[in-house]
Amino acid sequence: MKPSAPPSLRPDLAAIADWIRPGARILDLGCGNGELLAWLAEHRGVSGYGLEIDPEHVAHCIRAGINVIQADLDDGLRDFGDASFDYVVMTQALQALQRPDDAITEILRVGRIGIVTFPNFGHWRVRAALALGRMPVTPTLPEPWYDTPNIHLCTVDDFEDLCAQRQWIIRSRRLLDRSHREGLRIRIAPNLFCEQALYMLQAPEGHR
Amino acid sequence: MSTADFPADSVGLVTPRRIPISQPLTLDCGRTLPRHELMVETYGELNAARSNAVLICHALSGDHHAAGYHGTEDRKPGWWDNCIGPGKPIDTRRFYVVALNNLGGCRGSTGPNTINPDTGKPYGPDFPLLTVRDWVRSQALLADALGIERWAAVIGGSLGGMQVMQWTIDQPQRVAHALVIAAAPKLSAQNIAFNEIARQAILSDPNFHGGRFYDHGVVPTHGLKLARMLGHITYLSDEAMRAKFGRMQRGSQFNFNFDVEFEVESYLRYQGQSFVERFDANTYLLMTKALDYFDPAREYGDNLAAAFARAQARFLVIAFSSDWRFSPARSREIVKALVEARRDVSYALIESQLGHDDFLMPIPQYHRVLRDYLDRVAREAGT
Repeated sequence: MKPSAPPSLRPDLAAIADWIRPGARILDLGCGNGELLAWLAEHRGVSGYGLEIDPEHVAHCIRAGINVIQADLDDGLRDFGDASFDYVVMTQALQALQRPDDAITEILRVGRIGIVTFPNFGHWRVRAALALGRMPVTPTLPEPWYDTPNIHLCTVDDFEDLCAQRQWIIRSRRLLDRSHREGLRIRIAPNLFCEQALYMLQAPEGHR
Repeated sequence: MSTADFPADSVGLVTPRRIPISQPLTLDCGRTLPRHELMVETYGELNAARSNAVLICHALSGDHHAAGYHGTEDRKPGWWDNCIGPGKPIDTRRFYVVALNNLGGCRGSTGPNTINPDTGKPYGPDFPLLTVRDWVRSQALLADALGIERWAAVIGGSLGGMQVMQWTIDQPQRVAHALVIAAAPKLSAQNIAFNEIARQAILSDPNFHGGRFYDHGVVPTHGLKLARMLGHITYLSDEAMRAKFGRMQRGSQFNFNFDVEFEVESYLRYQGQSFVERFDANTYLLMTKALDYFDPAREYGDNLAAAFARAQARFLVIAFSSDWRFSPARSREIVKALVEARRDVSYALIESQLGHDDFLMPIPQYHRVLRDYLDRVAREAGT
């Protein structure tokens, strides 16, 4: 068995790293400082590229020797061929895209496996705020409504409905709380207690 | 000023060298040059392992004088002085930097304005037309002459970036890092169209004399000036021209004649005139044809990724948002092919205002990216 990712990696990224086969070719959408790619390159012999729009992050990746391509995720993945990567990863960006559904279709075209993560809008804190007639401001959704990049939030159940509708195969999922643990409560009522949802998806057979 | 007055981060006083290349060079056009000479400047020291050499490839009107000063009376330093020097992004404390005037140039390297040993007269139109591949061959012979087996990096903007790409394809084992700046994988029809107008301006100048104007003691200044004025329009963005000149006039009234009235006219005429004083019309023709011919995918079934599959270098591709001559979309074509070829590549899009000329400007994010990338290159090279 491969060793688990060490705590030095951001916990949600460590959970993703555990899913990735050594030596794989990976595309990381919205790669930030390239933390995941750097860790995977060093510990798993993974090669690939990050896509990033922010000039600060791009410079950081270049300094760290990580392959980074400065591009806007909403511009799409048109520069990448079908099944040209083993994994396409997108962490915490889905809810900020113009069309998250189109993005996942593209991810599953370019990658044999797609990995996406998003904050669960069904979490009880969100529901509690809305029940009191307020837009939620929570640890995973810290911005006020008028200044948030998150324009397409969804719950775990919404997301799985979309997967079913589009026939995307859920190969694996991890539903974590804010401390990135999978506790008993989450197992009993995932849509109420999960704060971070991680999904490993695949295109339906013959639908590439 | 005296040499003591050169800025501290300048390479200071530099002396060009003329390097003879005695091996015959067979060109794409089928002809062979039995020998040629290249004008070269170098900055910094080659280390004992000979691992820290960087080649600078110049663009259409560039030359070997990339940094420093030729004399205390120089008004301006070399063409990329803001980027090459001690502590600058291409750091001469760590790298041995080689800049040359390409074969076919007009600044001392063998070219149309140098003497053809067979006739004792300038080559003029008898000088063969060249390709970017020919330049890479010539530069590889120069590397041999300098004792450089492998470049730590080959760097170039615009037409220089095209030479960088060609190096990685034709001499894959000799390039560790390739920095391709404000370039394109081949010219578009629009690019070629601009070049054709520039050439027609020169060719139709009565003083051109079929390229033998040296024998007549004249220069086709009118045609060359027009060619440069046209070029300058394509080097600047609409926005930059608007900001720099707008509709500013020299006087307050319309003159109702064809003298200079708008500031932009004055600028273009000045740029054209100063170019004529330092550049050769035959070289201009040759350079534009080399641009038009450049298409490294051509011999790989028009598949750029197949061409890059040979490359061993790691790549940094840089484009500028306001560049419409070689727009960011053209750089993305290069990146796309490199990804498809599974090469290591990073791509930075620099926010800019000026246009194509921005690749010569010290834009902070641009220089930061260059510095960060080259810092790794230097460490890899052991300096």
